[in-house]
Order: sequence, then C-alpha cells, then structure tokens
Amino acid sequence: MDIETVKPTPQQLKARRTRSIAIAWALAAFVVIVYVASLARMGPALFERGF
Amino acid sequence: MAFLDKPLADDGVVGLSEATPSDYFALLKPRVMSLVVFTAFVGLVAAPGTINPFTALISILSIAIGAGASGALNMWYDADIDRLMQRTAMRPIPAGRIRPGEALAFGLVLSVLSVMTLGVFVDWLAASLLAFTIFFYAVIYTMWLKRWTPQNIVIGGAAGAIPPVIGWVSATGSVGMESVLLFLIIFLWTPPHFWALALFKAGEYGRVGIPMMPNVAGPASTRRQIFAYSVVVAVTGVLPTAFGYAGLGYGAVALALGAGFVWYAWQVLRMDDADPAMRPAKALFAYSLLYLFAIFAAYLADSVVARALAVGGA
Repeated sequence: MDIETVKPTPQQLKARRTRSIAIAWALAAFVVIVYVASLARMGPALFERGF
Repeated sequence: MAFLDKPLADDGVVGLSEATPSDYFALLKPRVMSLVVFTAFVGLVAAPGTINPFTALISILSIAIGAGASGALNMWYDADIDRLMQRTAMRPIPAGRIRPGEALAFGLVLSVLSVMTLGVFVDWLAASLLAFTIFFYAVIYTMWLKRWTPQNIVIGGAAGAIPPVIGWVSATGSVGMESVLLFLIIFLWTPPHFWALALFKAGEYGRVGIPMMPNVAGPASTRRQIFAYSVVVAVTGVLPTAFGYAGLGYGAVALALGAGFVWYAWQVLRMDDADPAMRPAKALFAYSLLYLFAIFAAYLADSVVARALAVGGA
C-alpha cells in the first residue's frame, strides 16, 4: 500500500521543533514537581522505607 | 518527512500544524489567569495556619493550570462566535493556528492534570472545588448560560470568584467565612465589570447573538444595574473590616476604592447613549480591573502586617 507523504515547510518544521522543546520542558518540570512535592509531603519518612 | 492518514484542511490541501507554544499558551487566557493566580494567592496567604511553601506553590500552579484549562475549553466551544468578533478573531482557533480538536484535548488533559495534582499533593476539597470551577465555567457558563440569558455573567461569575476560596482551602483544609467574603467581592464585581465592556461592545455581541444585558434590556437598564451592583460591591469590599477579619487600614483602602467604583459607575449612569466613544464605560471597565487588583493587594498587605504584628507581640 502506498503511504501518502508530505514534506513539511520550514515554518512547519520550526513550529514542530518549538512545540517539542516546550513539551520536553513541561514534562521535565512535571517530573521535578512530583518528585519535590513527594519529598515535601512525606518528609524524611520517604527515606526510611526499605528498598 | 511526515505522513498523514487524512487531509487536515477543509479544502483538501494537506497541511501540518504551524502552531507554536505561544499559541497554546494563548489558549490558557493568560490575562484572566493572572487575576485568578493573584486572588488565589491572596486567599492562600491570608488563611490562618502555615503551609509548606512548595505545597503552596503547587497549589497556585494547579489553580493557574486549571483556570487555563477552562479557558482552552471555552475557546474550543466559542470558536464559532470568536471568529466573528473583532476582539476575539485572532485567537488561535478562529485564526486557524490550532484546530478545535487539539484545543479540546489540551483543555481536558490540563483539567485532569491540575485537579489530580492539587488533590494528591495539597487537598482533595481544594481539588474538588477546582474541578467544580472548571466544570462551571466550561459547561454551565460557556455551553449554557452565555448564549441563553442576559444573567450569563452574573451566575457565571461564580467560576471566577472561587479561586481565593481554593487558595484558602489549600492552606486550611476548610472553607472559612473570610474566604466567602473574598468570593463575594469578585462575584459582585463581575457584573459591572463585564457590563461596562458589553456597553461599548454591544454591536459585536449583538452580531453573534450573545444575549448580553445591553442587547436584551437596553443600555439604560444596563447602566442602572451597573450602578446598583457598584454600590453593593463597594459595601461588600468593606465587610472584612466590619466583620473583624481585616484591620482599619484595609477598611480605609476598601472604602476609598469603593467610592471610586461608585463614582465611575455614576459617570456611566449619566452617560449619553448617543455617545459613540462611551468613554465612561471604558473608564469603568479599566477602573474595575484596578479595583479588584488593589483591594486584594490591600487585603494581602493587611493580613501580612497583622501576622507580623502577632508574631512580634508573641
């Protein structure tokens, strides 16, 4: 089966790149928030759990 | 190289998205969000007790994202009328930079994320209030009231008034009477604020069939209602001092700000409907924004000073 393909314009590529960077920053920020929030909520008890 | 399983544009021309992060940020209605963040912050800081600073930060961030999500859902639903109004025609969806489905998904994902984050890390009562706010704004106001009744922004104003209560609940775990007064100030402030805008944008609202008060009851009735609400909001602004929740400093500032509000509303009441510039209505609209920011700033300063004095005297 032939797959219909398109070639993105430079503007589309640039927009996609900025969106990708924004998503990466947002996800990284979310990970940091969840990690630090867990520390803030559970406190030192977080480190007293067995591994 | 990219491939697509179906054409993206109605005219059959295949097109990839050119939306930038700033377009998605615009979906969050950042100017509305800034007011939401500030009022929620005041509610959180003025509340008695202590809260971990990072937990407070998560609370404010969740409220901001939740407010933004409801803005995105509002823009998704209102795209049909936004494209016909000059004030909103350049928003990302009517301008063609973001497709409606993308805005809907964006709004729904952020709604769930903000509510869950607030619930898991801060307080589930606060999270449920945030969820209610998003639902009230996106469904009750946007989908129902806005196109149905001239009381749309009166009832819908509740959504914009809840953030200080959410901030308060985040810090204390319960709804305090003080936070209810903060709610009332925003709730009663909303009609004169939006009706001032509706007076000089009546033509645009009329063209798209939104039953704003000037289009339904007429400019004269709207001006009288603006004045009546302005008097009530000026009185309500002083209530925190009258009830003993705030000091005389706040009371004096609130009284002066309220007097200004009533004076601007009086100018609107006396405004000639034949005046095409409608400067008094524009002046009231601008002043109302200053009023809300200033009265909440005064409440914040009053509560911080009171707490500092209590610590100093202990």
